[in-house]
Amino acid sequence: MNQQRRQILKGVGTAAMVAVAAGAGLLKPGAVFAADWNKAAFDAKDVAGALSGLAASGAADSDQIELDAPTIAENGSRVPVKVTSKIPGTDHIILLAEKNGTPLLADFTLMNGTDSFISTAVKLGATGNVRVVVKAGGKVYTLAKEVKVTLGGCGG
Amino acid sequence: MSMSRREFLQVLAAAAASGLVLDSRSVLAGNLPAHYYDAPPAGNVSFLHITDVHAQLQPIWFREPNINLGIGSMAGQPPHLVGEYFLKHYGIKPGTADAHAFTYLNFEQAAKVYGKVGGFAHLKTLVDQVRGHRPGALLLDGGDTWQGSGTSLWTNAQDMVDACIQLGVNVMTSHWECTFGADRMSEIINKDFKNAGVDFVAQNIVTNDFGDQVFKPYVMKEINGVPVAIIGQAFPYSTIANPRYMVPDWSFGIRDDSMQKWVDEARGKGAQVVIVLSHNGMDVDLKMASRVNGVDAIFGGHTHDGVYQPVPVKTPNGGTCLVTNAGSNGKFLGVMDFDVKNGKVAGWKYRLLPVFSNFIKPDAKMDALIKKIRAPYESKLNEVLAISDDFLYRRGNFNGTWDQLILDALMAVKGADAGFSPGFRWGTTILPGEPITMERLMDQTAITYPYSTLTAMKGEQIKGIMEDVCDNLFNPDPYYQQGGDMVRVGGIQYTVAPNSSMGKRISDMTLNGKAIEADKTYKVAGWAPVAEGASGAPIWDVVAEYLRAKKTIKGVKLNQPKIVGVDKNNPGIAKL
Repeated sequence: MNQQRRQILKGVGTAAMVAVAAGAGLLKPGAVFAADWNKAAFDAKDVAGALSGLAASGAADSDQIELDAPTIAENGSRVPVKVTSKIPGTDHIILLAEKNGTPLLADFTLMNGTDSFISTAVKLGATGNVRVVVKAGGKVYTLAKEVKVTLGGCGG
Repeated sequence: MSMSRREFLQVLAAAAASGLVLDSRSVLAGNLPAHYYDAPPAGNVSFLHITDVHAQLQPIWFREPNINLGIGSMAGQPPHLVGEYFLKHYGIKPGTADAHAFTYLNFEQAAKVYGKVGGFAHLKTLVDQVRGHRPGALLLDGGDTWQGSGTSLWTNAQDMVDACIQLGVNVMTSHWECTFGADRMSEIINKDFKNAGVDFVAQNIVTNDFGDQVFKPYVMKEINGVPVAIIGQAFPYSTIANPRYMVPDWSFGIRDDSMQKWVDEARGKGAQVVIVLSHNGMDVDLKMASRVNGVDAIFGGHTHDGVYQPVPVKTPNGGTCLVTNAGSNGKFLGVMDFDVKNGKVAGWKYRLLPVFSNFIKPDAKMDALIKKIRAPYESKLNEVLAISDDFLYRRGNFNGTWDQLILDALMAVKGADAGFSPGFRWGTTILPGEPITMERLMDQTAITYPYSTLTAMKGEQIKGIMEDVCDNLFNPDPYYQQGGDMVRVGGIQYTVAPNSSMGKRISDMTLNGKAIEADKTYKVAGWAPVAEGASGAPIWDVVAEYLRAKKTIKGVKLNQPKIVGVDKNNPGIAKL
């Protein structure tokens, strides 16, 4: 364990995730600070609405996407999710929680030449699919994994 | 089962000939086959395995379940076999010592014949004897060792730590250990274990922030000149099934990708035998074995299944991984011999030896340690709270008489309409006519978050909780299961359909003959809340108050749900 690294980052507080991601050049500042906030997509109450708001409907399943999320969330308020896209020309990685009241979690815009990898934490309201939609070269691809959000207790 | 004096002497002679020193005063009547404990070595690399001891230092009774349902692809497969089905599957004769150790059949009668099981002084004698024939053999402890008794709770797990070190444990992983808190766990591992040369391994415990390993993922050892690796797999859901605030900075999970990485690294370093010491639970282990290459055996625990022989599982690259589960409460010692030739496993032999305390002389030094541990607490432990005319046990998917008694006490003392008691699988058994002492009550309740609660809940919420727990038990994908049994429900009758999907398993909920209404509020008593900041009288105080007032426990009425949608020939269920 690297205690020093931990101490340094403690001061950064809640913005740590975004700061680290932005600092690593993964995010356009515009995507982070909502200059062009897509209200329709983020306020959509269902997956179809969110995806049509992002012009990302009709995605086909892809085995070129890796989605790392727990099978059972340790804390539904902070579920770690990592996505790697091996699809050439990936310029958007979109995350959705299908059972959330407003399913769209994030739309990462990737600059040319960056590794198409994101790591973040999301909030899940209930057991359901976490879905990734990747946009690349004008086409859309998708992959989902069910993450269980449980009340806890009673084990063992 | 009675026995003539001549037969009795034959047993004694056979047992003595087998090299075991018998304590003749305590031998009641039982009959073990000749050479029962000989366990001759069958290879050059041996492992001994204990798991889920749940802090039972003394011999106890422990009844195996008559309901341990497997659903989907797990139906009818080990470990989901009970009673006669279990005997038939493994070719065990009814009425034998093994039939008693591995099943619930004729438990009360057979218990009197064969006596109590487990106990660290007896286990120590057996471990030493088995090790005597197996130079370099390692003793592995799969966890759930520090929790489950009054003395472990009151000594902050020190009793079990000292006893395990004296027993000669070499490598350990965890589950309930976490409920003593991250600081206490780290203190034991970094001081007591370090000084004694005990390795703690857990590849799936990492820090929340950077994903750094908290403990060593694995350890390399040498047995008879053969390099071996033992990789730790802690219980994947310690922050869900138990309070997260106890280990706030750690993340768990199954993590079979990183498991593969550590296996490959150990093989790269020359390990000729790779073992996973796991607290996943048997179904999760069986799935993991089918997804990871290069593991020779997973020695498993958590689900408390006394699995007679390992289950061979085909790995992705066509190899074989043996999966075991070694029961609970100190009842069994797993012994695995590998014949390692030309750098790989060429053969194996496994026995899961029941620890029949009447047939094993207790180790004097361990006995002395246990006496010393207990001395300050003896009067507290021995307080008789009531006499039980009933047979009290816990294990079973839906309910046990001990849990029913806890529910009856909770509801009576708290004035509740209904009660919830966690589906724990630990806890000892009481035969009819025996006293319920404080020690026996602590066997069922000794946890670090023992608060009892009374909560106003809507009918809808009650159903939601029951559905949630039921899915943890019966999700068709074992990676979505947490282990443990169904929450024990007092007051409310219900129907359960284990094969249905999440949210659709529980139906026909009634209270005193009236249907539970979704919007109506009910008073529900419970205990062991996982949320931080919970409070309430410890459950043992609540139950003790009830028992002292009752004096005699008789006619405990087991509230079992009606089970539907399960094949009536499913070998995981036997009607009593």
